[in-house]
Amino acid sequence: MSDFLMPSLGADMEAGTLAEWRVAPGDRVEKGQIIAVVETAKGAIDVEVFESGVVEECYVGPNTRVPVGTPLARIGGGERVVHDRPEPGAVDEPATVPEAETEAPSPGPRPPSPAGGGPSPGASPAARRRARELGLYLERVAGSGPGGAVVLRDLEGAGGEVSSAPGRPGGGGEPTEMRRAIAAAMTRSKREIPHYYLATTLDLQAAEGWLEAYNRDQPPVSRLLMAALFMKATARALVSYPDLNGHYEAQGFRPAERVDLGMAIHLRAGGLIAPAICGAEALALPELMARLQDLVQRTRSGGLRASEVGTATATVTALGERGVDTVYGVIQPPQVAMIGFGRVRRRPLAVDDMLAIRPAVDLSQAADHRVCDGHLGARFLNEIDAQLQHPEAL
Amino acid sequence: MNRERLRDIVLEELSAIAPDIDIATLDERARLRDEYDLDSMDALNLLTALHRRLKVDIPETDYARMQSLRDLLDYLEPRAGG
Repeated sequence: MSDFLMPSLGADMEAGTLAEWRVAPGDRVEKGQIIAVVETAKGAIDVEVFESGVVEECYVGPNTRVPVGTPLARIGGGERVVHDRPEPGAVDEPATVPEAETEAPSPGPRPPSPAGGGPSPGASPAARRRARELGLYLERVAGSGPGGAVVLRDLEGAGGEVSSAPGRPGGGGEPTEMRRAIAAAMTRSKREIPHYYLATTLDLQAAEGWLEAYNRDQPPVSRLLMAALFMKATARALVSYPDLNGHYEAQGFRPAERVDLGMAIHLRAGGLIAPAICGAEALALPELMARLQDLVQRTRSGGLRASEVGTATATVTALGERGVDTVYGVIQPPQVAMIGFGRVRRRPLAVDDMLAIRPAVDLSQAADHRVCDGHLGARFLNEIDAQLQHPEAL
Repeated sequence: MNRERLRDIVLEELSAIAPDIDIATLDERARLRDEYDLDSMDALNLLTALHRRLKVDIPETDYARMQSLRDLLDYLEPRAGG
């Protein structure tokens, strides 16, 4: 028997709001099953249970904000089931629902959630934030997003004008919870971590040529993006450079046994989340690509799991085609490395004794000087380069 | 398939991929990538969805030439059956 606790979903998280229970007292649960949704600065996160058993009692009602580590429910053998449901918390949730919202048409049966998490369709982070501002209950809003998820436009007209860019910093309003969390983590990072930075330019002719040939014969659903090659090459290189892969905690640096590679994903409404692909070094490219797509989808429309958030052992940021040439990242504590890929662009490069126009990318790294030095970092970046020169072997 | 119906399908899929885009006010001529912040992953998801719905396989080389919703509809119209 044990208590199911409010999890810590990142070094910057001090408290979270229990948004909903996916189970009731008396339900049997399996290890790894999603049993609750917790609202955090990173949006709504599905939280898994770490042991199998019976939910004997829920201590905390929906919409209650509690500190990390607070017992939320008791999981046991089923001898002491308490069926009383705790009251929903009254924290910053107005009791009345605006009239326009109650007249919303019934959503009817919903298609299964793409995350496979349970009966609730979820909601995008922007929609949850907006609903809270408006004092709406998301359960009563008909969702039109993927799998019936409630998205921002579903809230239009429900409580007045919906701004086009909620949470965008500098928009004049209060900084959102996500912006505050990013501020706290990045301030801590710059205060505590002595960053050193390195960058180099990679010739991507081999990688791009291989990718084009691979994708030519594939239907869209099976095509790969360059980002998947970047992730795999980085994950492989991290295996060879354990001083860049792990967590720096009170006792010092602890290298990780596998590569849980974070991927910075930006949100259209502002902010970003870097969930992890666990064991990325061992995934074949098609599998890695599928995980990446799934992660982007769930980051933007809700349904990230606790095991994916706040657990990465190193993080990649790839700016993509709308970016600029070079990015110098800020390390996400307690990690010790942030690897950056700029925009892939055709550039003049010296190849043998000739000037050639090649697809190229600037690869950069911010690393923790308490753990390693620039010499090691440089060899690490060269290892990523070497991996990308043989894309067929990735 | 007529263009109106095609437009509805494309917008429906676009909205599933990028739920925060306001499709009611979407400008047909605007560059999807820049105006609506569609990245390469979004683009690939859109191609995948259109392939599933319309059985039209848009090769990457062709997609690279399409900038706006209008370009996309011009491409799909002669190719989408039913």
